[in-house]
Amino acid sequence: MKQAKPRLSLDRRNGISGWSFIIISVVMIFTFYFYPMVQSLILSFKTGTGANLTFVGLDNYIRLFSDRTFLTAVKNTFIYLIIQVPVMIILALMISVLLNDSKLKFRGFFRTAIFLPCVTSLVAYSIIFKYLFAGDGLVNSLLLNVHLINQPIEWITDPFWAKVTIIIAITWRWTGYNMIFYLSSLQNIDNSIYEAARIDGASSIQQFFKITVPLMKPIILFTSITSTIGTLQLFDEIVNITKGGPGNATMSISHYIYNLSFKYSADFGYAATVSYSIVIMIIVLAFIQFKVAGEKNG
Amino acid sequence: MAKMKRTFVYLFLSVISFVSIFPFLWMIISSTNPSVDVTKGKLLPGSYFMDNLRKLMDSTELLQALYNSAVIAIMTTVLAMVIASLAGYGFEIFRSKTRDAVFNILLLSMMIPFAALMVPLYRFFADISRFAPAIGINSISAVILPTVTTAFLIFFFRQSTKMFPKDMLEAGRIDGLTEIGIFFKIFMPTMKTTYAAAGIITFMASWNNYLWPLIVLQTPEKKTIPLLISNLGAGYAPDYGVIMTAIVIATLPTALVFFLLQKHFVAGMTGSVK
Repeated sequence: MKQAKPRLSLDRRNGISGWSFIIISVVMIFTFYFYPMVQSLILSFKTGTGANLTFVGLDNYIRLFSDRTFLTAVKNTFIYLIIQVPVMIILALMISVLLNDSKLKFRGFFRTAIFLPCVTSLVAYSIIFKYLFAGDGLVNSLLLNVHLINQPIEWITDPFWAKVTIIIAITWRWTGYNMIFYLSSLQNIDNSIYEAARIDGASSIQQFFKITVPLMKPIILFTSITSTIGTLQLFDEIVNITKGGPGNATMSISHYIYNLSFKYSADFGYAATVSYSIVIMIIVLAFIQFKVAGEKNG
Repeated sequence: MAKMKRTFVYLFLSVISFVSIFPFLWMIISSTNPSVDVTKGKLLPGSYFMDNLRKLMDSTELLQALYNSAVIAIMTTVLAMVIASLAGYGFEIFRSKTRDAVFNILLLSMMIPFAALMVPLYRFFADISRFAPAIGINSISAVILPTVTTAFLIFFFRQSTKMFPKDMLEAGRIDGLTEIGIFFKIFMPTMKTTYAAAGIITFMASWNNYLWPLIVLQTPEKKTIPLLISNLGAGYAPDYGVIMTAIVIATLPTALVFFLLQKHFVAGMTGSVK
């Protein structure tokens, strides 16, 4: 008589299979995300150039507060954040609500057209915008021709207008991206809610604020967090449109970290400190956004 | 009143659409004109595309850069698909408290900004270079390895696995397939659309990646397309026609992917958050 092989319990078998399916991902994420994060934290307490590093405690963190370039980069990043993210989200919401109307003609065309910018690489569209907004570029000649302005605007070389250019560029690239999320979320809203509201005499603006926005809150929260994280990491556009200039008027935090590590004298320790400031900002801002969304819920 | 409102809606959407499309049109038109015409603001297509292309190929390593970008993007996509779908499937099918906790920890990595990783990652690969230059700085694997596994993709595959019919799993087990056999022979073929969506997103992200390749790829023959374009754009006497030709060529693959697979593309973006 053949003896039955001792069988592993279902739980044990599940456990072995479970771990073997996920092990590569776990190892990869720990090696390329969490381990560098710890390295970065250790580095942030050290100073020196290249590989010659000495431990200096909190000196780097104290240095942040008197570092003018850093403070400018933080200020710039927050200007982008405070102006660009809300403008883009409101614009994307408006467009998606309009496009969600099934009676609208050319819906497919509008949707594809507005989404199209997402196809371009950040570098490619940055270069296009750099030339379109050049002093003698097309945007200026257009505005001059229709007499909206009397002399060309210094889109790239004036500290104020350079920020405006960056904001316009990012909004152009990402509005359609956010729109797609809102459109797919709008499709899940039951139409009868709107019909009931109309019978109750709610105007379309009231419907928007009382029905659409509250129902879409999770997705608005999601897009505002991803946009915030994206803006805090802004790099490609700054480097390719303005190179951070004029002066440091458009420099972002990521650009400064890059310069500290790879352009100036390889100050890895201090660069790591600056990078931790982004980590802290992301945590704080995500927390605030969750809080705000949560309160409106209650 | 209602009519006026409708007119306004169409006007608004038309303006937004025009603004969205215009830079593309300008890029395509400019690639067919010599630099002088572009500076003059010419908005009609010319016949200079082939000349621009020839100049571009003479002055840069265009084909080499296209090849590098393609190799990196394809390898990244294939590896990312396998690694992330294995994990997404594993987390969902073999659920346990510990693994759910591990999953949540992995998700935290989505909050980590790349800016906080680039310095230690650079040092990591610089260290590797000392004893294994083939996978250290300036190598393809240095570009691929840190970007190939993302929590987002694992999350995406886990969400999709929820849709996978569990009786197919049982059927596979009864047929005597191993767990990994079930994954490759049943799960993968059934979930083609999920793979298509995830593949498109990953391919585009890799093809367009700029910052990390800028840091690790240091010699000209290793440069990818975004690095080549960025270099061209940073020049002091830019040849606009040539640069726009380069941008058209760089955008072509992703634009094609988008137009051919629009549905999957949108599904890939939104599927995971629904």
